[in-house]
Amino acid sequence: MAPPDLRYTKEHEWVRPAGETATVGITDYAAKQLGDIVFVELPEAGRQLSQFAAVGVVESVKAVSDLFAPIGGEVVEVNGELATRPELVNEDPYGAGWMLRLRLTDAAQLDELLAADDYDELTREG
Amino acid sequence: MSVTGNPLQPTVFELSHPGRGGGKIPHPPKDALERLPAGSRRAAPPALPEVNEPELVRHYVNLSQLNHAVDTGFYPLGSCTMKWNPKINEWAARLPGFADLHPLAPDEVAQGTLRLLWELEQALREISGMEAVTLQPAAGAQGELTGILMVRAYHRARGDTGRTEVLVPDSAHGTNPATATMAGFRTVSIPPAADGGVDVAAFRAALGPRTAAIMITNPSTLGLFETRIGELLEAVHAAGALAYMDGANLNAVLGRVKPGEVGFDVMHFNVHKTFSTPHGGGGPGAGPVGVGERLLPYLPSPRVLRAADGSFRLERPGERPTSIGRLRSFVGNVGVLVRAYAYIADHGAEGLREVSDDAVLAANYLKARLAGLLDIPYERACMHEFVASAASLKRATGVRTLDIAKRLIDFGFHPPTVYFPLTVEEAMLIEPTETESLETLDAFVAAMERIVAEAHDDPAMVTSAPHTAPVRRLDEASAARQPNLRWRPMTGRETPCPD
Repeated sequence: MAPPDLRYTKEHEWVRPAGETATVGITDYAAKQLGDIVFVELPEAGRQLSQFAAVGVVESVKAVSDLFAPIGGEVVEVNGELATRPELVNEDPYGAGWMLRLRLTDAAQLDELLAADDYDELTREG
Repeated sequence: MSVTGNPLQPTVFELSHPGRGGGKIPHPPKDALERLPAGSRRAAPPALPEVNEPELVRHYVNLSQLNHAVDTGFYPLGSCTMKWNPKINEWAARLPGFADLHPLAPDEVAQGTLRLLWELEQALREISGMEAVTLQPAAGAQGELTGILMVRAYHRARGDTGRTEVLVPDSAHGTNPATATMAGFRTVSIPPAADGGVDVAAFRAALGPRTAAIMITNPSTLGLFETRIGELLEAVHAAGALAYMDGANLNAVLGRVKPGEVGFDVMHFNVHKTFSTPHGGGGPGAGPVGVGERLLPYLPSPRVLRAADGSFRLERPGERPTSIGRLRSFVGNVGVLVRAYAYIADHGAEGLREVSDDAVLAANYLKARLAGLLDIPYERACMHEFVASAASLKRATGVRTLDIAKRLIDFGFHPPTVYFPLTVEEAMLIEPTETESLETLDAFVAAMERIVAEAHDDPAMVTSAPHTAPVRRLDEASAARQPNLRWRPMTGRETPCPD
């Protein structure tokens, strides 16, 4: 079950809004599908991201996938811990495995994202 | 397998003893060292391993026996076409006239090799229905780059510089988007339709005045023939774009489909897949590229030309200014091209058609035999390979595709391609090729039956496999997270030297 207080993309990123900023990561479902994550490439702090643009790379033992910005904004902080401990994304995707903190361009963009119920519906196994 | 001693051999550096040796390297002339500038001379001798000849030969022969190869067993690695490499190819490539020819030999003394290259081009033209073929690219991926660079040159020559995108279906080989990016294009992914083919509506929506080309693998990496290919290519050409065919799966359609007649403008051949030259580790590769009329002016130079009197020569530098230039030194990896020629000449037209018919038959046989054991996401007849999935088995037993792959090693089989294509959960891409006997295919099915039974009765047997290989289950995550990429001499018993 996806945490109810977050918003989600169909590409399996999550957003935790907090005032003018928001934290971004990938979902537990995504981390499980990818398997053991071995490398995370994140944009540099200060970079301006537009919503849904490919901004990074998540590499697992199975595959290499793009990371998309679920919402537009300026990167104020990246999770440097992931450089040496990418396994945090598997262990705690909604907590210690966070990836980016953004200063939002337009909080209204949150409305284009999925609520937890809808995301659960999307990822329900067939 | 009969490896002497510990199957995990010490490295050749660990076998080294100071002063030991066996080689009789001719001594350089006495003053040779003095003729080198002081700054170019080493202060200390290189730390080369010092071993005698029997130690050296045994070391490498024992190591070679740890390999799984087509020479040792079944190798159903999907999308790789691990077919048998006939030994007659090796005989041909070692003929002194080919093997000993200097790459800078003047055309007059290289007539035999030039003729072989010219005839190979004609054979590939006939097989593909293309107008001309360059043999220069050193591998399939370089062939892709060659093809897309020609596409770029074509649009530029017409002053059509707004074409910045290349459309690539999701099920494509990973090299396709990489090629488009290398050539300066933006890749646009096209999702698959429910039947595994390209989603035509999504495709039409993405197609437009910015489209330079579509890159499509047909049959696809799902082992399915793209039945709407005519419709797709008509739309591509109506939009002013060109169509590239990734020929990785040509082994399924030899003598049945000519990509040039289907409407493709450019394609590459993987001679190591379709024409039985050794794969990757076996040495250099070759990825010839065929083109239709529109791309003829842009072919890499030099081409091999035949004069009216039947003699052959290489194009001279600058002779064809529209060429995209040279992609590889000399005329490409000739030794590999000789092997491909030998294979084509040995089979002839009828033989090549039989190759594809048998490859498709073998894949459909395996698919039908495995249908009760694993999920088969696409039920329609496959081409030379097919996708199976362990998704249901995983839900029922916890045993994943990776576990099945590892357990197959215990039965003497190379695992199939796993977790590719990415569009299928717990995917296995299985390609038996035409060169395997019915007995081998049945033995593979029997191993799969046993593994699936074990998954239900004794899952730990599968999840802890392999049990009989020289190394057990590898920790792939740690290997990728903290790669140890080179051997380092030990300063103490346990401590490696710092870098």
